[in-house]
Amino acid sequence: MARLFMKGCEAIAEAAVRAGCRFFAGYPITPQNEIPEYFARRMPEVGGTFVQGESEVASISMVYGAASAGTRSMTSSSSPGVALKSEGISYCAAARIPIVYANISRGGPGVGSIQPAQQDYFQATRASGNGGFQMMVLAPSTVQEAVDLTYAAFDLADRDRNPVLILADGVVGTMMEPVVLPEMKSPEEIAAIQADKRSWACVGHHLDYANRAWIRPGQWSTAKMQQVNEEAAALYASWEKDVKVEEYRLDDAQVVLTAYGISARICKSAVDRLRSQGVKAGLIRPITVHPFPFAAYDRLDYGRVKAVVDVEMSIPAQMVDDVRAAVKDRCPVETCLCSGGNIMSRDAVIGAVNAVMEGN
Amino acid sequence: METNLCVAGFGGQGVMTLGKFLADATCHSTDKNVTFFPSYGAEQRGGTANCFVVISDEEIGAPLGDVMDDLIVMNGPSLSRFLKTLRPGGTLFLNSSIVDARDVDRDDVTVVSAPVTEMALEMGSAKVLNVIMLGVYVGRTQVIDPAVVWDTIQHKLSSKPKLLPLNKQAFEKGLELGAAQRG
Repeated sequence: MARLFMKGCEAIAEAAVRAGCRFFAGYPITPQNEIPEYFARRMPEVGGTFVQGESEVASISMVYGAASAGTRSMTSSSSPGVALKSEGISYCAAARIPIVYANISRGGPGVGSIQPAQQDYFQATRASGNGGFQMMVLAPSTVQEAVDLTYAAFDLADRDRNPVLILADGVVGTMMEPVVLPEMKSPEEIAAIQADKRSWACVGHHLDYANRAWIRPGQWSTAKMQQVNEEAAALYASWEKDVKVEEYRLDDAQVVLTAYGISARICKSAVDRLRSQGVKAGLIRPITVHPFPFAAYDRLDYGRVKAVVDVEMSIPAQMVDDVRAAVKDRCPVETCLCSGGNIMSRDAVIGAVNAVMEGN
Repeated sequence: METNLCVAGFGGQGVMTLGKFLADATCHSTDKNVTFFPSYGAEQRGGTANCFVVISDEEIGAPLGDVMDDLIVMNGPSLSRFLKTLRPGGTLFLNSSIVDARDVDRDDVTVVSAPVTEMALEMGSAKVLNVIMLGVYVGRTQVIDPAVVWDTIQHKLSSKPKLLPLNKQAFEKGLELGAAQRG
């Protein structure tokens, strides 16, 4: 297969088109502007629709509408823009509407800095809107993985009738890397995907009350509302089978780095460097940060592992809460952090590991 | 084997294009890993711009290095900002038309001077200074085959065939200058 040299954001957009996404609405914000820009050019070529909405709320609402009509639909934004979209995301989750969206996140609360960061872990995994709903959150660390996860995200969203979030950052979004793109879904395949949604989507039904499609982002009956929440909870509980994690050089590791996304690829090169210096390091890289790969930490031999070092481009650390819950005090959990748009350096990670090993 | 390159200069000098040509050519003509990472921020024409290219036989960690193997500097502000990131023994490629080599206050790096702004003006267009510098870089480092870099430039300019002769001349002049300075 031919390698193409693509920017992360553009590769995400092309992967979505190939997965059959035919509606995109968004609103500009750095560092994800290449996603809407790419869709604006590409959608007319494939008979899809691109809309630059008048706001984030408008854009997510359009995506909610298009997806309710059975079309594979997507939006994207960056941290504060994603916060603005939380109303529509919550509505999609409540009404069980499959959408895919990407957060190419930036550096801090409020408007933040526009440079790369990982400050949105809690927002992504805990509360992307009101009401306690959950989503699968996929965290690519390379452009190729961004492609593969985006392509897969549409299938997961449709399977579960639930939003799926691609959580990336300004490095993965703006860097260029070689990629091999997945197959383009044919018009027949896309039509079949839409036809499969007939039981619930507004694809054109007869006017009998019982069998028409209803999109309900809430319920008037308390009993029905509880039932809907119970069904959603059962769905979330079923995601353990969907956990994706990379376990790198853990067989004899004495110190285990753990990180996702951009930080993880920096940790991976730190592991190799540390190994060449005689330090037995390894890496646990959650690819799904929700569902979180708790079992990977259970597979560690705590007779040998002296410490787990959580590496995040976030201050305060956020994923570390899940890491601590996974490690369960079987060894110390340390952190190595940067924030604000500063990119984690391999030397900083190596320094943190050496400090931990000297302390033991 | 991994090579980190930082390219820095004024916005408008084609710094990003230089990095992209190199990275793109590597992607298409080799099976090496390669990344291109542009700085972004409140960038503007006439402001500073920089990008990073990493070429490696191994998986690439950060697409920008803590310490650079090679540094291309197209203007004065970039020299003061990035010279400290060049590793001891690294190579500095300097646009000596507008940056004075005497301002390089390190003696543990190799300096390859190329008056690319003047050379470009002599060829009739200031715009090709980046292609000359790309030639210098590839000629000196041989990091990839110059022929495939030219193929990439040709491909990228395919919609503007009138520009090809000038760019070919620029790239070849750069290659000559770079090859002449191989240690």
